[in-house]
Amino acid sequence: MSKPKVAFYWCASCGGCEETVVDLAEDILGVVEKVDIVLWPVAMDFKYKDVEAMPDKSILATLLNGAIRSTEQEEMARLLRRKSQYMIAYGACAHLGGIPGLANQFTREHILKFNYEDGPAMANEKKTRPQLVTEENGRTPRLPALTNVVRSLDQVVEVDYYVPGCPPTPKITRAAVTALLENRLPPKGSVIAPDIALCNECPRKATKPANISFREFKRPHQAIMDPEKCFLAQGVVCMGPSTRSGCEAACISGGMPCTGCFGPTSRVHDQGLKIMSSLCSNLEPKDEQGISAVLQGIPDPIGTFYRYGLAKSLLRRKVNLPTD
Amino acid sequence: MSDSTTKTPDGNWTPRIVAFFCNWCTYTAADLAGVSRMKYASNIRVIRLMCSGRVDPQFVVDAFAKGADGVLIGGCHPNDCHYVEGNYKCLRRYQMLKRMIADMGIEPDRLRLEWISAAEGEKVRRVVNEMVETVKQLGPLGIPAKFEQWDKEIDALAEHVAASEGAGAAGSSGQNKPQTAHTAHV
Repeated sequence: MSKPKVAFYWCASCGGCEETVVDLAEDILGVVEKVDIVLWPVAMDFKYKDVEAMPDKSILATLLNGAIRSTEQEEMARLLRRKSQYMIAYGACAHLGGIPGLANQFTREHILKFNYEDGPAMANEKKTRPQLVTEENGRTPRLPALTNVVRSLDQVVEVDYYVPGCPPTPKITRAAVTALLENRLPPKGSVIAPDIALCNECPRKATKPANISFREFKRPHQAIMDPEKCFLAQGVVCMGPSTRSGCEAACISGGMPCTGCFGPTSRVHDQGLKIMSSLCSNLEPKDEQGISAVLQGIPDPIGTFYRYGLAKSLLRRKVNLPTD
Repeated sequence: MSDSTTKTPDGNWTPRIVAFFCNWCTYTAADLAGVSRMKYASNIRVIRLMCSGRVDPQFVVDAFAKGADGVLIGGCHPNDCHYVEGNYKCLRRYQMLKRMIADMGIEPDRLRLEWISAAEGEKVRRVVNEMVETVKQLGPLGIPAKFEQWDKEIDALAEHVAASEGAGAAGSSGQNKPQTAHTAHV
């Protein structure tokens, strides 16, 4: 019997998710023994036409990381969806839009202008920008177009499973791959991580106060932190209460608060609003000015509460931006 | 809220406002306005909650995302909350939510919080009428139509991909119906 085929693909991502596959270390050998990798652009040489030539559904699973923000990424997502039995959104960007999703606060024109003209490190006097079609020595190279909106994978194609995290940890990657190969898959649409908030597995759980009452919000660089005490008890925004567990509190163990990369649990529709609701309702002041003064300690609520989830939030994108 | 705008019989746009009123004060005040036969604008859809502290910011933003042009929250006056602290929790969330919706491109005046006691039927009438006027000045918000507009770019590419793949693959784009945010949370 031939081995099941697996594809890895990347879209709008930093490459950190690919690193996690490598972080499986010697366990990767066990995986490679059991599967044929038919596409993995970061590590091996395959051509898109090789994928196009495969029969539909001939790949057991595609693990796709990165958000979808260009026509090429979207075409590949559709192609791999058709060729695969299971489409797995791997990592926070494919799952929620991730860090690239924060671009949904700006227009495409704004982003291109900043990056090719106004950026402080930019020297581009002719204001040259990438052209979708150019003529050069008789060839006509084409570039993919950026879309107006950054999307999570499931906003473009149907997704069977989600492996959360920025990046997913080797442990949950191993759990997902094992479930796939042993055909012990949870119900379709599941996020392959425990459906309970991070506080549940946090080593600082014992010091989490039953009643929190913030007098101020501090950012991690503004104070010397107690390495044993719950971040919320120290007045630092920690996304743990509204974030799914499964990372074994990796950031907190490293002395930094949770920023929410595993996304919400299944009961929450909008991770950012949920944590805002929880943190901001528990302030000490009761008068408007006092409340406002404490809330100034969170200067960028969108970037703080929607660090990874803006594209999948209820509004998805700044609503008064045009599309062109 | 299937269509994104509300029209009067003569075809003009008129605001659609979702109101979250607490059971003990503001809803009772709205009841009082009713039995006192006070007239106020009919643009408001009242949802009764036990406390303004129950107004999850998700409710407010979901109302906007599903087509509301404005959201009004009504609760008990400070020190009068039936549950002691609920209205303070509401006020704190409201202040941050105002900042967040502004950052997301929604005019902050589309969201209003008012303390209205059970005896203030007249205040319900005034606040509702004022809110309707404010939102009329701002015009339609129309977020569902914006979602459709944004997704035209992927629909166009889906058609292009299906066409280039030929008849053999014609069925597959239909199977793979994407899950967009506004269909995902029903």
